[in-house]
Amino acid sequence: MKVVAKTANEAMAEAMRQINPDVVAAYPITPSTEIVQIFSRFVADGEVDTEFVPVESEHSAASACTGAAAAGARVMTATSSQGLALMNEVLFVTPALRLPIVICAINRTLSAPINIHCDHSDTMDQRDSGWMQFYVEDSQEAYDSVIQAVRITEEAFLPAIVSADAFILSHSLQRIEMLEDEEVQDFIGEHKTPYSVLDVDNPITVGPLDLQDYYFEHKRGEAEAMRKTPPIIKKVDREFGERFGREYGLIEEYRIKDANKAIVVMGSTAGTAKEVVDTLRQDGEKVGVVKVKAFRPWPREDINKSLEGLEYVAVMDRAEGMNGFGSPLFTEVRSSLYEIDKRPDIYGYVYGLGGRDVKPRDLKKVFDDLKKVESGKKIERVNYLGVRE
Amino acid sequence: MAINLKELSKQGDFLTSGHRACAGCGPAIALRQALLAAGKDTVVANATGCMEVVTTIFPYTAWKVPWIHSLFENAAATISGVEAAYKALKRKGKISKDINFIAFGGDGGTYDIGLQALSGTMERGHNILYICYDNEAYMNTGIQRSGATPYGAHTTTSPAGKKIPGKTQWRKDLTEIIAAHDIPYVAQATISEWRDYMGKVQKALSIKGPKFINVLAPCQLGWYYKSEDTIKIANLAFRTRFWPLYEVENGVHRITKEPKKAVPVEEWLKLQGRFRHLFKDENRKIIEKIQKRVDERWKRLKALEEAGL
Repeated sequence: MKVVAKTANEAMAEAMRQINPDVVAAYPITPSTEIVQIFSRFVADGEVDTEFVPVESEHSAASACTGAAAAGARVMTATSSQGLALMNEVLFVTPALRLPIVICAINRTLSAPINIHCDHSDTMDQRDSGWMQFYVEDSQEAYDSVIQAVRITEEAFLPAIVSADAFILSHSLQRIEMLEDEEVQDFIGEHKTPYSVLDVDNPITVGPLDLQDYYFEHKRGEAEAMRKTPPIIKKVDREFGERFGREYGLIEEYRIKDANKAIVVMGSTAGTAKEVVDTLRQDGEKVGVVKVKAFRPWPREDINKSLEGLEYVAVMDRAEGMNGFGSPLFTEVRSSLYEIDKRPDIYGYVYGLGGRDVKPRDLKKVFDDLKKVESGKKIERVNYLGVRE
Repeated sequence: MAINLKELSKQGDFLTSGHRACAGCGPAIALRQALLAAGKDTVVANATGCMEVVTTIFPYTAWKVPWIHSLFENAAATISGVEAAYKALKRKGKISKDINFIAFGGDGGTYDIGLQALSGTMERGHNILYICYDNEAYMNTGIQRSGATPYGAHTTTSPAGKKIPGKTQWRKDLTEIIAAHDIPYVAQATISEWRDYMGKVQKALSIKGPKFINVLAPCQLGWYYKSEDTIKIANLAFRTRFWPLYEVENGVHRITKEPKKAVPVEEWLKLQGRFRHLFKDENRKIIEKIQKRVDERWKRLKALEEAGL
């Protein structure tokens, strides 16, 4: 074990070096460019055996990765924002072909207006594409999650996106504990594939036309594969915890046990929320945080177990759903709660779009709002935090 | 490279019969001939299009070699990933066989929507062969114009109307665009001259690096001719010099097969319903214009060859 200072970009690139994938096909985009640059250096210096494919676009990055995975290679890439959006068409193909690929994504907002800073609109745009999605709080979690994702994707035969907030994490130095190269290799194991298009003696046809008589069954199978991912994720996470002392779960509960109010949040803002909760707890307030790490698969059971019995919940979305109501995390949480008896009163907050800073006082305001509701006042069901109206 | 028909007949087809292509489908012939020349140890990536559709309706497949289809515009990028995986796995000692990597795309997937991915793949130097089966329009979606559609041709999006007589733009010269990438081997072929075409496929596969072949593959449905005339029309495209057979090896142009005497382009046009409107009196000048263009292009190609360029 080595203690080092790394940005999330550096931490993810280091994880990629230690994973030593067979193929990386990538195209640079702010703010994930660094991951590709650092990894290119590893390739140039012979620190990895990877075949690096410097493609001419993210569409081709995702296409080359999918081709390489179908050929039985362990495959990774990195991207952000418009890059992920340009990959969109291919991202529906990869999980349908049941191919494990890991994308290190840096969450940057989508145009327009053009803006290079943080929000989750890019990965939210991919929420129905069939990729697992893991949002991280800090560099350490970025590093650990990328390593875990290799095992998870290869056991689930589904790809995954591990995403870290633009600049807030991608470019901020944080203390992380790095594993030894051999520990990482030992944890991920050798990549095995049941079928490969390189097996010319046993030719297979991958990606055929699939019409009314079979398409539905194949999509049903893909959906079932996603439904079966939570135990795989938990198993890999638990093993990681046993070996290396850090475990994350599908969600993380923070001071939630005796709380009557909570914030549900993803990504780096979870850290700010924990800080605010600590402060409010000193004043005797019963508040807590639920950090959603796995957004896909949607951790319905964990969320319900965690929020059942709470009185007031605010769900924080760093993305705008453009549905005239609530954003994705809010609608998912609210829909899950429908099936439990002791449902909390739940409110949505859209915050931090385009990299708008989220300060502790902003999150304190959210708890203040919940207190207002507690005292009988009415607030909007969906609110916008820190925006000039 | 010598193509031995007797030898080829022994190895069997790698694109089986029984697929759902139209009678007289030029592209199906182009694929079959290419695979005969390439042999068993070949991996194919296919762009979305007629050939993907007719050869693979689940749970059937006409492919006896490994085959992958992902999307419309990414056959080149897909095969570059497959080839990159091959390189990596070979380096790690996980695979030892020599394998050919071929991508097939129609003119839609190659000239137009897939041009960027193709250009990137060529520039990056992957050891692959991209074969464009050029049937001069988007046939899979019902005969719409493409960058490969010839001047004057009727398609469903360049219809011969009362005011506009078919396509009013010249086709783009994709073979020369790819040659400008300075790759080791680029060629143009037609399915009727199978010995020339298959020889080019074998030659291309013997060369390391990115290779490109543009093979003219007539479409009876979209060109409006009798299905038994496919080979005749492919042959006339060559004999009229509309579609010269040549290669560009390491930047040097060489005509591989030359018609003894050029047949007027009109002879090729008149067999195809897509050019029928050009034979009206008021459009006759368009045929002259096309002939002039064919002559100029031929002159240019000859000049390049003679100059050793």
